[in-house]
Amino acid sequence: MIRTLLSRDLPRSRPLSAMLLVVLLGLMLAPFLVSGARSLNVAATICVFVVLVASYDLLLGYTGIVSFAHTMFYGIGAYGVGLALHGMGPSWWAVFVGTAGALSLSLVLALVIGLFSLRVRAIFYAMITLAVASAFSVVASQMSDFTGGEDGRTFKVPEILQPSFRLFDAEILGRVVDGKLITYYLVFFSALALFLFMLRIVNSPFGRVLQAIRENDFRAEALGYRTVIYRTLANCLGALIATLAGVLMALWLRYVGPKTMLSFEVMTDILLIVVIGGMGTIYGAVIGSALFILAQNYLQVLMAQASAAMSGIPFLANLFHPDRWLLWLGVLFVLSVYFFPTGIVGRLRIKALLRGRP
Amino acid sequence: MSDPLLQLAGVHTHIGQYHILQGVDLVVPQGGITVLLGRNGAGKTTTLRTIMGLWHASRGTVRFDGGDITQSPTPDIACSGIAYVPESMGIFSDLTVRENLYLAARSVKRAGEMDEARLEWIFGFFGALKKFWNQPAGTLSGGQKQMVAIARAIVEPRKLLLIDEPTKGLAPAIIQGMIAAFRELKRTETILLVEQNFSFVCALGDSVAVMDGGRIVHSGSMAALADDRELQHKLLGLSLDAHQ
Amino acid sequence: MTSISQVASQDSALPKVRVDMLPLLLVPVLALLMLPLVGSFPTWVTLTVAGLAMGMMVFMMASGLTLIFGLMDVLNFGHGAFVSVGAFTATLVLLPMKSWVEAESVWMNLSVVGLAILLAMLVTGLLGWAFERIIIRPVYGLHLKQILITMGGMIVAEQLIHVIWGAEQIPLQLPATFRGAFIFGDAALEKYRLIAVGVGLTVFISMFLVLNRTKVGLLIRAGVENGEMVEALGYRIRRLFVGVFVAGSALAGLGGVMWGLYKETLTAAIGGEITVLVFIVIIVGGLGSVGGCFIGAMLVALVANYAGFLAPKVALVSDILVMVTVLLWRPQGLYPVAKR
Repeated sequence: MIRTLLSRDLPRSRPLSAMLLVVLLGLMLAPFLVSGARSLNVAATICVFVVLVASYDLLLGYTGIVSFAHTMFYGIGAYGVGLALHGMGPSWWAVFVGTAGALSLSLVLALVIGLFSLRVRAIFYAMITLAVASAFSVVASQMSDFTGGEDGRTFKVPEILQPSFRLFDAEILGRVVDGKLITYYLVFFSALALFLFMLRIVNSPFGRVLQAIRENDFRAEALGYRTVIYRTLANCLGALIATLAGVLMALWLRYVGPKTMLSFEVMTDILLIVVIGGMGTIYGAVIGSALFILAQNYLQVLMAQASAAMSGIPFLANLFHPDRWLLWLGVLFVLSVYFFPTGIVGRLRIKALLRGRP
Repeated sequence: MSDPLLQLAGVHTHIGQYHILQGVDLVVPQGGITVLLGRNGAGKTTTLRTIMGLWHASRGTVRFDGGDITQSPTPDIACSGIAYVPESMGIFSDLTVRENLYLAARSVKRAGEMDEARLEWIFGFFGALKKFWNQPAGTLSGGQKQMVAIARAIVEPRKLLLIDEPTKGLAPAIIQGMIAAFRELKRTETILLVEQNFSFVCALGDSVAVMDGGRIVHSGSMAALADDRELQHKLLGLSLDAHQ
Repeated sequence: MTSISQVASQDSALPKVRVDMLPLLLVPVLALLMLPLVGSFPTWVTLTVAGLAMGMMVFMMASGLTLIFGLMDVLNFGHGAFVSVGAFTATLVLLPMKSWVEAESVWMNLSVVGLAILLAMLVTGLLGWAFERIIIRPVYGLHLKQILITMGGMIVAEQLIHVIWGAEQIPLQLPATFRGAFIFGDAALEKYRLIAVGVGLTVFISMFLVLNRTKVGLLIRAGVENGEMVEALGYRIRRLFVGVFVAGSALAGLGGVMWGLYKETLTAAIGGEITVLVFIVIIVGGLGSVGGCFIGAMLVALVANYAGFLAPKVALVSDILVMVTVLLWRPQGLYPVAKR
């Protein structure tokens, strides 16, 4: 049963299985384990990022495509739902229209960009997506009548998801079953389903062809696979799933804005997570996102203490300023590209493999 | 002559996962033309590239002019006196003929300081170069590009020239001209020549080595091989009509 | 026997030298076409000069990147970091020597800016040298890793700027005599823009001369086409490459100073912002081509300025539009660079 769910791609390492289980249980029980809006927000963000990062891994790790447009698709999803709910009022119909519209826009854009530039080399694609994504984010923040500009838009979600909604009066395990809880589980189970779907994809014959192309596109082409088509398909798939991640994030936050949905910082976050977690493993997205988002939210507290302790020394105090946490992650990122190109998951698997040998 | 100019002993070269040279023993004596023959894929080009350090031998040694150059970087090998004319010619098509030759003349600091007498000597057999002196090399015909490539190798005196298939894709009339040029060259230069065109090398070669499957399977004098039809057939699979 | 000279004389017609003039015409034609659209001649002059000035600055920042790519097939996604480091380094001179900046003396202004530029180029050049050694050298030939690692380098560099100079934006004052404009009839030409055009042209012409008249320059051009052959002729292409990398980084630093003075404020993000623009320019010009990069920079900047005046909404995406149009016409950019 579990084998089938995981598409026969098991974690293959005991510590990794344990970590995955902890993350899964933690996320599943988060509303009952922790209290406070902030902690639940961290849990929901992890769910969304698992999907977003795994869909990026589909491109980077499994297909060898470097795209800088992933946040654009994420933003399209978020804005699609957000603007639809804002314009049409809080109904499921609006959610549907917004999602469908966003998915179609993402599909068209991914197709166009893909066919336009995936024929040529990886570097070219990276540059083009960077340019397109930055133009998109500028446009989104400038068309303020439509998108709310830099401030973004807040909107109401369908009634059942609203925080004031009560499913029934009783409490479960000391927790009121309100709209927030329902939204959380909507996000959690959608993320879980999408994650298992991606695991399925990469372990399907299609996924194997993608990996063959990544290893040696010349040979894959010689074997009769049209590499452009496979790459474009992977690109579209990644874009669509990123769009859905955006939809989930918008529903959770009840807000869309360029800073949270479209900025280049989100893109660098994704890159950092995928590399540190482990490229080409899908599971890396889970470990990476959990660690990264937790660090983003709690490491800064530690750094603030360190910075305060060193407040006498100007340069060092700056180094440990909570806003500088990206510096340390950047260093970690560079080091891991050199020394652990397979990330945390890859390391754990190699260890397990070595231990398994007689 | 005591020591050969160039000596390969038991050279193995891998390219990626492919084991191309599987123990090449080759001797190039001082002076004249040594011809390296063999079918496509026998390892001739790889041998030249290994000598030049463009690919490094995984085993064995390459000795040149009394020194071991097996693991030397390409520029050092070039500076020790080996010039290389690759199969693709390696012309800088953006640059003029003059600039191509100027870059090959390492000791010259300014383009105007190239050795006039030597240039005239080169123009003597590659007349076209004088004519197209200030043309971008990319605009020349295939034969003229080959002249530029060879002229680059000899623009200054070198101890050894490695030339890879100079007649490839050239018209018969131009090949005749090449033969004349090589006759002039071999009076002063030592050349290791890779060729497929048997009649071309018959007219020029002094000694010969034949490669197959990444090894030298025969070496001797060119004249002996040219006379021995049976041996030609055995080594090269030549049929008479194809090469007359 | 046929002698070679006779053979050569058979195809004696001089081969036509194909000088590809079309891209050269783009910039003047575009400018002229815009004149009737803009309507007023003085406005047109102002816009054109503004566009050229911006283009020159972008060219300074982009030229190094395109050469580095052409020569070694390395695309440095962290190139923008040199731009911001250059700009921030300039503040080390410009802020303490405020009195020289504020003085109404061309001489003092020039020397303080010159000093700032010199220091900025020195620092970015050194940084480029270190960057090449530490960050790039281990990942030659591995495009995926190159993109990731240079991106990481960019993040680290940006954060370090925050650490050293703080997170606040820094106002950068234009020297007193560089402010204001020359008035010709109704057309106002801002002095600083003219200076930027002057500096940009100087950079372009010197680069052109180096690449065409010196042995090093010829070797660089040869290396762009066929690096292996340059090695086989006896030159160490690594040394060439380090030189180009250092020079390219220093030019980015110069561009950063000019750009910072133009914007008159500095934030650590300018590197990232400029990266996108620089990428578009080198794609438009043809990866590896300095001439193409120059035309591309002018084209992108002019279109941005005209569009900003004629249709401000379009100006937001004008860079992308220029890129798409050029790529539809020439998929490899204006001047595709011949590769092995």
